[in-house]
Amino acid sequence: MSSPIISVAQTPRQTDPSGASQGSPVQQDVGPEAPKSAVRQFLMSRSSGKAADTTFLAIMLMCALSIFAIVIFILFILIARSKLSISQFGFKFFTRSAWDPVSGDFGAFAFIYGTLATSLLALLMAVPLALGVAVFLTELCPQKLRAPISFLTELLAAIPSVVYGLWAVFVLVPLMRDQLGPLLQKYLGWTQLFNGYNFGVGLLTASIILAIMILPIISSIARDIMLAVPISQREGVLALGATRWEMIRMGVLRNARIGIVGAIILGLGRALGETMAVTMVIGNHPEIPNSLFSPGYTLASVIANEFTEATGDVYLSALIEIGLALFLVTIVVNAIARALVWAVTRGAPARAH
Amino acid sequence: MLTNPFHTPPPPQDFAATGPPVQQRSRRVRLNRMRRHLWNHVVTGLAVLSTVIVIAPLVAILAYLIYKGASSLNLAFFTHIPAPVGEPGGGMANAIVGSGLVLAVASLMGIPVGIAAGVYLAEFGRGGWLASAIRFTADVLNGVPSIVMGIAIYSLIVMRQKHFSALAGGVALAIMMVPTITRTTEEMLATVPHAIREAAYGLGVPRWRTVLSVTLKTASPGIITGCMLAFARVAGETAPLLFTAFGNQFWSLRLNQPIAALPLQIYVYAISPYDEWHRLAWGGSLVLIVLIMVSVTLVRIYANRGVLKGAS
Repeated sequence: MSSPIISVAQTPRQTDPSGASQGSPVQQDVGPEAPKSAVRQFLMSRSSGKAADTTFLAIMLMCALSIFAIVIFILFILIARSKLSISQFGFKFFTRSAWDPVSGDFGAFAFIYGTLATSLLALLMAVPLALGVAVFLTELCPQKLRAPISFLTELLAAIPSVVYGLWAVFVLVPLMRDQLGPLLQKYLGWTQLFNGYNFGVGLLTASIILAIMILPIISSIARDIMLAVPISQREGVLALGATRWEMIRMGVLRNARIGIVGAIILGLGRALGETMAVTMVIGNHPEIPNSLFSPGYTLASVIANEFTEATGDVYLSALIEIGLALFLVTIVVNAIARALVWAVTRGAPARAH
Repeated sequence: MLTNPFHTPPPPQDFAATGPPVQQRSRRVRLNRMRRHLWNHVVTGLAVLSTVIVIAPLVAILAYLIYKGASSLNLAFFTHIPAPVGEPGGGMANAIVGSGLVLAVASLMGIPVGIAAGVYLAEFGRGGWLASAIRFTADVLNGVPSIVMGIAIYSLIVMRQKHFSALAGGVALAIMMVPTITRTTEEMLATVPHAIREAAYGLGVPRWRTVLSVTLKTASPGIITGCMLAFARVAGETAPLLFTAFGNQFWSLRLNQPIAALPLQIYVYAISPYDEWHRLAWGGSLVLIVLIMVSVTLVRIYANRGVLKGAS
């Protein structure tokens, strides 16, 4: 069956060149050097497209891989530079609260405590407010107000940390010292949380400024996630006779809860690493605070304050080890948060405006 | 068995007495409805209240900043270097120029790498595990505290050179720009309709040329937006510059010398005990924030009526 087809296909090929040569032998000599059409010439001239494509892909891939490289390089260099402190103090570094640069005795527990206390307090204040804003923006807000309000909350995110710090130093600290602090001591003093002398700077002030700073990130991500909840869920609950709040609770919040947890953890990650504003108002005192008014210290602010003044290799390496701990913790926290947010918004990117 | 949570289950029927139970039931239904509607209003009120509470500090900060900052801005602020302690006057000219220089270095390094990585994610790696991993890493890198970048660059460049430098500051900021730009570039390229690429391939345009002159060009408004946002974000960063650019009280335009930067100078002045320096810190903050807000707002306006609207 196949042999005749092959022979048919082969015949023109065999005969064609011979026919051409037979017709005009002069043309055969000129043939290869004959002027080609413009299109053919163009196509011939860019025959190296494959190589260019490969080179281009390689360059793009290299740039993309550089993101991996950055993370690995940061990890590597931080470990290399903190080797001294790691070998000297071991794991105990994170459970002891001694911080004595003079005698070279270092432990980071007071800073870890300060970081966790301020971050969690900030979350406690920011999360209900952020969720309120997100609910307002997605479910309650009149269409006209939606864009300006979300723009305003995004502006909050655009204010640099150091400007928040400046405002906190000159407005929030006096406010806390003279008005808010005494009020809290008078009415909530029985909780024993507000003991001690109120300097204005301290854990509570730092937590408030931190809460203001992480609000926009939590609310904007929570808003995106709530927008990703299909409208049919809302309609279904409303059709059963629910009030608007019941619709929000059962139709929206329940469906979006994983993503909202992700948004909150993302806010936590931001709070853990926030440096400048906290450094300016927390009081910078390396002891475990026993009241919300007492000055404390966080991981990030001890680095910011003491890094350039660190004398001696052990001191420097202890500070770098704190940085390493901060790096690892925020990586883990962010990875968890991103995974949760992705689980909700994958497939349908939450950009419906 | 599915139950309707909004419907109060009828009380067990007592067939002997039909009068009072009906009344009781209707009262209970009414009470229940009242409670539900009251709760609805309470929560609506709380949501509105929380929005007001969130907007309040923003307004407070901006108003106070403008009030304090505007009164301390004058020509000398933009043309002079800081005066010695105790002397009135002086400005932050060197910090403004220094910030510009550091940001230029950062943009030169960060923007091309970020865009290229975004191109890879959107055009070549779509759907692959490598692209997913890179995307995830970029998101995680975005959340790494800026002070950690500062330490890493200090360990890499400053320790080697044995002195602080503008270049080190630029590198630290560049690293912070990359993940943001990568992700926005990728998102913007994903909105370019596939038909445009196919049209280019159909004309025999090679792939690299298609990406550069067709896809990237179509998505360019969105990509510019992403770059500006990344720029605005790192423009206010202080922590990574503390141990890299370090700050400088004098004029310096050299890349391998310590250089002043606006956010750094604001920090140093804010925690100083001198009123004159506080005044300068407020002025500097106003300049910084106007710079950032203008770029963010421009970006928003530009993006809202950009080419992208018709693209998808």
